[in-house]
This record gives sequence, C-alpha cells and structure tokens, in this order.
Amino acid sequence: MKELLKKLTLCYGPAGNEEVIRDCIKEEIKDFVDEIKVDVLGNLIAIKRGGGKKVMLAAHMDQIGFMVTHIDENGFIRFSRVGGIFVQNSINSKVVFKDGLVGVVSYESEIEEIKDIKLDKMYIDIGTKNREETQKLVTIGDVAVYSNGFAESNGRYIAQAMDDRAGCALLIETAKRLKSSPHEVYFVFTVQEELGVRGAKTSAYALDPHIGIAVDVTLTGDTPKSKLMAVKMGSGPAIKVKDVLIMAHPKVKELMITRARDAGIPYQMEILEAGGTDAGAIHLTRKGIPSGVLSIPTRYVHSDCEMIDSGDMENGVKLLLKILEEEIEF
Amino acid sequence: MDELLKRLTEAHGVSGDEGEIREILKKEAVNLADEVSIDRMGNLVAFKKGTKGGKKIMLCAHMDEVGLIIHNIADNGTLKFSTVGSIDPRVLISKKVKIGKKKHHGILGLKAIHLQEPEERKTVVKTKQLYIDIGAKSKDEALKIVNLGDYAAFDTDSLPFGQGRIKAKALDDRLGCSILLDLLKNRYPFDLYACFTVQEEIGIRGAGAAAFGIKPSMALIVEGTTCSDVPGVDEHMRSTRLGKGPAITVMDATSYSNKFMVNKLIETAIKENIPYQMKESVTGGNDAGAIHVSGEGIKTAVVSVPCRYIHSPVSVADMNDYYSTSRLVEAFLKGCE
Amino acid sequence: MDTKDFLSELVDLPGISGYEETISLKVSHVFERYCDEVRTDAFYNVYGKMTDKIVEGMPKVMLAAHIDEIGLMVKEVCEDGFLRFVSVGGVDQRILPGLEVVVRGKEDLAGIIGAKPPHLQTADEAKKALEMKDMAIDVGICGEKLKSLINVGDPITFKSPLITLNGSMISGKSLDDRAGAAILLETMKQLDELRFEAEVYFVATVQEELGTRGAIISTFRVMPDIGIAIDVTHGDMPDAPKEETFAMDKGPVIAVGPNMHPGLTKKLMDTAKEYGIEYLVEVEAGPTGTDARSIQISRSGVPTVLIQIPLKYMHTTVETINIETVKKAGMLIARFISSMKEGWREWMNY
Repeated sequence: MKELLKKLTLCYGPAGNEEVIRDCIKEEIKDFVDEIKVDVLGNLIAIKRGGGKKVMLAAHMDQIGFMVTHIDENGFIRFSRVGGIFVQNSINSKVVFKDGLVGVVSYESEIEEIKDIKLDKMYIDIGTKNREETQKLVTIGDVAVYSNGFAESNGRYIAQAMDDRAGCALLIETAKRLKSSPHEVYFVFTVQEELGVRGAKTSAYALDPHIGIAVDVTLTGDTPKSKLMAVKMGSGPAIKVKDVLIMAHPKVKELMITRARDAGIPYQMEILEAGGTDAGAIHLTRKGIPSGVLSIPTRYVHSDCEMIDSGDMENGVKLLLKILEEEIEF
Repeated sequence: MDELLKRLTEAHGVSGDEGEIREILKKEAVNLADEVSIDRMGNLVAFKKGTKGGKKIMLCAHMDEVGLIIHNIADNGTLKFSTVGSIDPRVLISKKVKIGKKKHHGILGLKAIHLQEPEERKTVVKTKQLYIDIGAKSKDEALKIVNLGDYAAFDTDSLPFGQGRIKAKALDDRLGCSILLDLLKNRYPFDLYACFTVQEEIGIRGAGAAAFGIKPSMALIVEGTTCSDVPGVDEHMRSTRLGKGPAITVMDATSYSNKFMVNKLIETAIKENIPYQMKESVTGGNDAGAIHVSGEGIKTAVVSVPCRYIHSPVSVADMNDYYSTSRLVEAFLKGCE
Repeated sequence: MDTKDFLSELVDLPGISGYEETISLKVSHVFERYCDEVRTDAFYNVYGKMTDKIVEGMPKVMLAAHIDEIGLMVKEVCEDGFLRFVSVGGVDQRILPGLEVVVRGKEDLAGIIGAKPPHLQTADEAKKALEMKDMAIDVGICGEKLKSLINVGDPITFKSPLITLNGSMISGKSLDDRAGAAILLETMKQLDELRFEAEVYFVATVQEELGTRGAIISTFRVMPDIGIAIDVTHGDMPDAPKEETFAMDKGPVIAVGPNMHPGLTKKLMDTAKEYGIEYLVEVEAGPTGTDARSIQISRSGVPTVLIQIPLKYMHTTVETINIETVKKAGMLIARFISSMKEGWREWMNY
C-alpha cells in the first residue's frame, strides 16, 4: 500500500488534465479486472464482471492545481485556481508542471496582512529572467500542482493529493485482493471531481448502477483547537452520514455499518459541514441511485502535506472487500 | 453596420422572454437549414443534414440577454423590478429601458444631485431601491400600460463605433447567434445542429435540454466574452483584448474545454492565418457547462468574440474579431469529417 | 379523509430531508384511497397515479409537493450528557433557544435546546444572536445510557403540533411543504368528482430542502408532459416589506417568470377566472426555490407551472397558513387538469 500511495501521490494529474495519472492507475489495476475503458470525459472504468447487481465504486483521479493565465514582462506567471487552492496553503510552496518544470508560488510582498492576500495578487516564479524565456517553457492553460514529495511518520503517510489518490489506492488494492463477488463491480476513477463532481455525473449515467459508493477523504476534528468534528485519524474508515451534496442513503449506510461490525472493522460516523464527493452526483443520476461514501480521515486537506493513517487505509480495504464479497440484499 | 446584426442586437429577448429574437432567427434559419424546430424549453434548433451523415455536431449560441422583470407596481405608478441575469445595479442608474411587447419607454431615475447630501453620492445603490418611471401617476394608470411579469430590455441603438467597431446591447450573445447563421450557409459531411438556446444567463437552463434531445458527439459554443482591456485594470486581469481575434477558452467556471478540440482550434487558426488569443480568465460560465455533462458526456469547447462592458446597456466589439471568429469556427468545422 | 386532519397528522410525523420513510408511508396509505396505483421509490418519493377517461395522446401531468422538513441532526454525543447538532436545511438559529425537540435515535427522546437565563448573561452576551455551534440539546439522560440510545447522525425534529388560531388560520411546523401535500389530497378529492382526460401523477417528493433532490430523480422517472409544482410563498408579516409578501385571504399565488411556461401559466389563470377562484401573481426573475426549478429542466425540458400558498413565518415552528387557501388551490388544479382536452399541446407552443 505504501509504495502504491507514493507512486500515485507523486503522479501528475490536475483536474482536466488526468492523462498521466490515468495511465498510472491503468498499469496498476489492469491485471486484476476483466475490462478497462475510458469514456468521453476521460473517466477510467475498470470492470470486474459478475452476474448480480451492479456496484459502482468511485474515487477521483484529479488533484487541485494552478493554471497559467498570464505571463508578465519579467517572466513571472499569474495564475488562477483549478479546484480548491487556498491562499494560506500556497504561499511560498513548491509546484511542478507536467514536464517537471519547478516553480515557487508567492505573493506581492508590499501586502502586509495575510488576510489581504488574494490569488490574483500571487504569482509563480520559475526562475526565468524575462517573458521570452518563460514563453519558451510554459503557455497559457498549463497547470502546475503541489510538489512536496512523499513521507512517512509513525505509521502515517504525508503527501500532496492524498485527496483523492488515497481513494484510488483503496480501489486498486480492493481490486487486487477481491477473490470473488456475486456482483458486477465497476471501479471508476473519475475526472474533474475538484471542479464540481463532473466526471461522476456522466460515468454514473452510463453505468446506471444499483448502488454507488464513493471513496474520498474527509476532514478530522483531532488537531489542537480544531473545528468541532467527531472524526479522528486512526479510528477507522468513516461512514458518511451527510455532507453538502448528499444525505447518505440509509440502506447504504446500514450496509456499511453492518459489514464493518460483522468483520470486526473499526469505523466512525461522519458529518462533513463543508465539502462534497462524487456520491453527490451519483445519487441524483437518472431515477436516483442509493449511494454512500467511505471516507478516509485526513488532516490538512488541500495542502501539500495531507496526512492519513496506514491503519485506516488497511481497514478501508477490508471494509470494501466485505461489502463486495457478500450479496447486497436491498 | 451589418443590417442583420443590427436587428439581432436590437431585438428583445430577456431570459424567459425570447419570443422576438427567436422569431427573427427562425425566419433566417428556415432559408438556410433543412429543418427548424422549437423544443419544449423554447430552444430553436436548426438542423442541416450532412453529405456523409453519421456524426452529429452541435453548434451553440444563446439567444437570451440580461434585463429586468417588473415584479411590483407602487401606488405612485412607478415600477419595482428584479434583474434577470447578473446586472450590477450601478449601471442601471439614469438609463432607459423598453418594456413589454409594445416596448413602452421606461426610465430609471435617481433623486437629483441638488437634493442629495455629499455622502449619499458615495453610496452604492441596491436594486431594491431603484424604480422605473413610465410617466404614470398611479397604480391604476400604470396597469393600463404594463403588467406584472413584463420584461424590460435596455434601450440601446446598435451603431458602428470608432474604428471598425460596433456598439450595441446584447453582443453577448447575439454575435454568437449571427455566427451560427453564417455557418448554416454551408453544408458539411456531418449532421449539423445549430442551437439557439434560451435562459443561459439565469443559470444555463436551456442548453441541457437541447443536448439531451440531440445527443451530439461534439459541441462548439460560440459566445461573447469579457474583455476588460480598459484603464484601471491590471494587465493580468484583462481576460481578453479587443482586436486580437477570437478568444479560445481553456477552462472557465462551468467547464474545462476538451483538449483535442482546443488544440485543433489553435492549429486551424495558425494554418488559416486567423489571429487568436487564449482567454486569460477562468471566470464566467456558458452553455458548455450543461452540455458537457449531459448523458454519457459530450466533448465541448468554447470560442468567443471579445466584448467590452457585457451585462450593461452598451457593449463594444471589434468587427474584425467578429469575422475572424466566424472564419475560425467555419475552418474548424470544415476540418471535421 | 378530512384535509385539515390529514395536515394535522402529517405535521406530527418525522421526516427531515433524507429521513422521510415514516411520513412517506403515511402519505402512501392516504393516496391509496383515491389513486389507481401507488408506488414508492428507493428514496421514498411517493407516486400516486390517477386516470379517468383514457384518450390516446392525452397528457401525462406530474404534480409535486415536498414532504421533507427542515430539522437538526446529532453531530456529537458529549460525555456530559448533552448533544451537539447541525442543521438540516435552512434553519434560522434564532428560533432555537428554548425550543422543544424530539431526538430520533433507537428510541424517540424528548429534548430541549436550553437557553441561559437572562440573570446569568453579561450585557454583551445578551446583544448577540446565539450561534448553533454553541448550543446543546438536553435530553435529561447521561453518559453510557445516552450513548446506547443516540448516535452521530440521528435526526432531530422540532416539536410543534398543529393549532388553530382565529377562524381558518392554522399554525405549526413544516407546513412548508406539508400544506402542499394537503393540496395534493384536496386535488385528488376534487378530481374524483370531475371528468378528465389525463394521466395524473401525484408525487410527494423528498429532500426538497436540500436542493429539490427528490424532484430531480422523480421527474426523470415520470417523464411528464406537464409539471405542476406546489409549494409555499411568503404571507404578509408585520416586519417584512409589503412588496415581497402576499395577503393571506386572496387565494393561491400563481408564479410568472422564466421558470414557468408562459402559455401554460396563462391557461392556469384563465381556469381561475372561469371558475371565480381568486388568485395573486408572484413574479420570479430566475429559477425558483421550489421543485419547479428541477422539473422544468429534466431530460428535454418540461413545461411547468408553480402554485403556492401564502405562509407566514417560514422555517419557524409557528408557520401559519389559511386552510381555505389549501382548498381553493386544490379546486384550481383539479379544474385545470379537467380542462386539458384535445389540443392541449397547443398551449405549449412558443
């Protein structure tokens, strides 16, 4: 799992530009599924054929990024956000473009107060001397992502893009270990979740599954003076109750709780007050698809140091396997 | 000024009330397309069968414009209104509108400067405080002229402006509509659906229904987009520049353009010697937002004519940009089998 | 079943957005008395189908009123026996201090959102509105026993049974939009007495308060030719601007604007005039905050109208409506459906 996570989180794939991460995931999963396809928007769908109900698992491949919108006369790059980039997480951070070009994100230093810094007062510095030099290396529309490596500390993993490469890793591990299932299982690696759960809409429409489960990160309430939240890193995968985009279907929630209990897997209930996942799009597709979310407790989400617990990951895989291996009754 | 463009921009068509512009476009389209129909949302769809058939390509421009709707009539005969689509209330002060099918004149007055305190002049007025005066002295008199729910559009003449430019209301997106009509003059190998959509300005409400009905493999959206190359705006905040050609969108607030289509647009522009620019801002939404996530997904891209001062009574566009945009879309389509 | 009794029962049933199973069941049973067929989908939307004369090419009409209510949800069960909570739907935090609630865990528990007495407040404290994150629910049970009964995610409903104020005014919680469900019943009763040529689907939708979610999936399922959304709008209140509220005794409110089909809306108004049913007009400049917003853009589009009844103090536990307006709305809709004959398609031309 650790090696897989490292590979995935170091792979380039901002929203709208998921080609590289898609190929990476395809390599990892292709030997464990019967069929692989890519749809119009770029979603990767890996199918483990089976006779029974269709189960759709979704994790998003895309990560947040910085899009080049203007190159000034001195070669500095102005940018706009691709997904949830926050000022406080990006000041003086290191970023990297698709071809490996490295840059530093900073701000117009005449501004005294951090709260006065807005994204349009920031820029990326790639060390060039003038506009011409920069124009040889980047063009408007190019996207950079956080570049802060991968580290381990006390059984916890730290890297950019755990949101949602951790989810992708869970899906891949599950596909690897799934011996048999009465269901037809779709491992869907979606695109453009960070721009508004867009890939999930079209993939769910095409597959029209019986049930949908998104696998994504959630926040925690276990750091010093944090906002009140019941979820703790290390206390097991979280079962979603509610977030901005979905009220988890009671039957899917029950299913996840029952399977966790039967298999002795630790779990926690999650209410997320700000944020949503692919399940938000899946459940409102066509005539409605009962859906839920398996969440990975994560600290420092949308920074370049997202932190997850290895035990939560292992338990996450166990729970997914338990859900898939037995018949879903409803 | 191009006579058709003048008629298209002067026609009324506030979101939800697109009747007049739809009629004009329908009359033009009927002479150019094989079939013209109006769907359940009110979108106008002009279909042109391909010489080879098979593939379906959708071209899209919205007919509707931002404007006002009358929601209350005060006892003193003035009208209270809501904005339809996003309008900064500050641009409404001291302007003229035309109301309803009969296009009655209405004015947005403001208390005379002589009677204001100095601090008042610095305050930002809210839409709720504004009113339209139609010259009626009472509610009853007003009701003889207008009704609740009547729509009002800006009262702006479309005229040539400066060097090779035009000034008009609703350049966003009557310019796109005009370009679609130009393109309907050709016949292509593929089936072409030129869609003039409704209610884009109030949340991209019409396009999804059109795409759901047609199920094209690809859609190209032709818009009028923000151009802020004016004093007081930092270089990197200008979005597009007048006179520098059609603007190609990489990403905006509601969709990420399909990369294959964007690259093809750029290649086509270079090959045909058509000036072009990349849209530098990622704000603003358009019909692509609804089309690309329709059904199983549709490839979309957006090309726009830069327009200064959109969503205000008078906008400005460069006719060279207009013709270049039309040529670019035409060349792009001809390159699709 | 008497409409006011129906409403009174509905108001007491729990059904916060996403947890409508109980109220859905009740509505389903009541619909069975008038409809040819009643179904419920996986999300608890209820579909009651009614037909009379079968004519080829007759319209499929979908009526929608939402049965979910705003409420609260358990966020944390604290050691000291108190519950922290979040809101579900648009809850004004100012209605909460001193409110009685029902916590729906393994058992239904009575709860109180405690309010600090004035004697113990500082001058500054008294000046600010209390925030939800600082409030707690007291159920009078502590520690382990509480944890065995209540879990994170358990729904919490307000307690406010229906009461009759003066004459035909009634007041209680979740009249938004259980009054609409009552209009569905009224319409069924009236239609039962009339002849009509349409396939009518009465849909009690879920999760409207979270963004018309039930309407999105139910409209996709039904594929109607015509949509009629039924909801509430603001009644005259002493502290609200007059131009944004409606009289309580001048009948239902018909909406006009881009979210409503102009031709269809005009026909609805013609019906009202023909049968002497008083109505008011509300102008909506954009997509409305009702199921109509999603019905209109389903698949290739659905011509939609919106009928609302004036309701005072929306989203409080003392929502107030005029029961007579419920009856008038039912009459209007039934007559409207009954007027759909051959040539109905022309109403939808542009």
